Amino acid sequence: MNEAAPSNPSQTALFQWHVAQDARMVDFAGWEMPIQYTSIVEEHQATRNNVTLFDVSHMGRLRFNGDGAGALLDRMLTRSVSDMQVGQVRYSLICNHEGGILDDVLVYHLETPSGTRYFLLVVNASNRNKIIQWIEAQWPDEAAVELCDRTLETSMLAIQGPKALETVEPLLSIQVSGMKYFHAKVTNQMNKPCIVSRTGYTGEDGVELIIRKDQTAHILQNILAAGRKFDISPAGLGARDTLRLEAAMPLYGHELNESINPLEAGLGFAVSWQDGQGNDRDFIGRDALADLQSAGLQKRRVGLQLEGRRAAREGYSVLRAGQPIGTVTSGTYSPTLERPISMAYVDLQYAEVGTEVEVDIRGKSVSATVCCLPFYKRTG
Amino acid sequence: MNAEALLYCDTHEWVFVTDEDGQQIATVGISAFAVEQLTDLVYMELPTVGAAVTGGEEFGEVESVKAVSALYSPVSGTVIEVNEGLPDNLDILNSDPYSAGWIMKVKVDGALPANLLDYDAYQRQCGESG
Repeated sequence: MNEAAPSNPSQTALFQWHVAQDARMVDFAGWEMPIQYTSIVEEHQATRNNVTLFDVSHMGRLRFNGDGAGALLDRMLTRSVSDMQVGQVRYSLICNHEGGILDDVLVYHLETPSGTRYFLLVVNASNRNKIIQWIEAQWPDEAAVELCDRTLETSMLAIQGPKALETVEPLLSIQVSGMKYFHAKVTNQMNKPCIVSRTGYTGEDGVELIIRKDQTAHILQNILAAGRKFDISPAGLGARDTLRLEAAMPLYGHELNESINPLEAGLGFAVSWQDGQGNDRDFIGRDALADLQSAGLQKRRVGLQLEGRRAAREGYSVLRAGQPIGTVTSGTYSPTLERPISMAYVDLQYAEVGTEVEVDIRGKSVSATVCCLPFYKRTG
Repeated sequence: MNAEALLYCDTHEWVFVTDEDGQQIATVGISAFAVEQLTDLVYMELPTVGAAVTGGEEFGEVESVKAVSALYSPVSGTVIEVNEGLPDNLDILNSDPYSAGWIMKVKVDGALPANLLDYDAYQRQCGESG
């Protein structure tokens, strides 16, 4: 983060509810968030096997109105935005001029019930202010764009797991099971707009809802009631981290930062060099990324599979014949696989799947193997 | 063992000292509060028998899904026995942290450190941090 965390962390609309559930609360990117309610492993398994509910209201929600919004975002984002159909959601990156990653985001193209089209960016909580400042600094004078930070007026709930669609379907006026993954729709909840998307950060199927803040408690109760037959339970940031790690989704501040580029991060799919018509796109960071690509990459994000039960955690050195060749960016004990898993950056020559390496786990060298990502992929 | 009869470190280890033929033997474990705070334990590194431990210094580690925590010895002395089966059955720490969940036994050198807490003082500390 560029700024010091505020001395009084923000609270989501569900803060009191989390406390009443006996959640362990932590300061996360300036927000008081639940890290776990019961146990990370229990919440993780409940997400893989049934359905859980996450309060993800700390994520930044930035709305872009106006005719110039698509063109502005085309320039800001590594993927093209103005050619998105209404209802599409895309994963993208925001790079600086050097090709370093400022944030990873979801961009939604939406239409209100009255027919107004707009774009929505969901950004990391820790990067929200940075991204607003960055975009405002790049704002062309003539742009017919209005940026509204909707983070504090709305809440965001993620319902995730194999029973997520069945849980929310009866509550919504649209059929979510008929929606494709990475699609979204504006619908109504109690006559107020509600954005429903088939998205998530767990590696499971699921839905995310963006709702008005004053409706949060009510909608939460409806979701819990509808999910009771599937044993719905809340899940915290601890399980969110182990779930996303199994699914090999990068986390900003760990796998991604301003000195890492999308190509090293294995996110080349999120860089579109050309638009839908096959014309070269101009976006911030393009030239630097093109240079990096032609010069050849130095390192690469990989998965590491370890022996034993000790996890290789963030910051640990990856070695080959005793010499440092990389660094672990995230690591945990995988509740699904019941073994330690890690992601790391290693020098390109050691990034091949099957390469034998070592990790320095608090002074002890432990054997590890570069493996395929993701560690976990849902079936069906 | 009765939790109320034990002494505690502010780092959440417990110790129970017996006298065997004039030699003080300390049994060491971690408190129920520590186990609850850590949750989701996956790994424990025991000291080796014969190793020297020092009061207030690290003698092993315990790892949960979320993080790694050091274990600190309440006493100085020599490790004479370790609970070999514990690392493969860390669930014991949830059900019985004060008896079956013991970690090591130490032949104590010298006097016990003065900063060990009795049960009431330890409970007060947990109340403040918990």
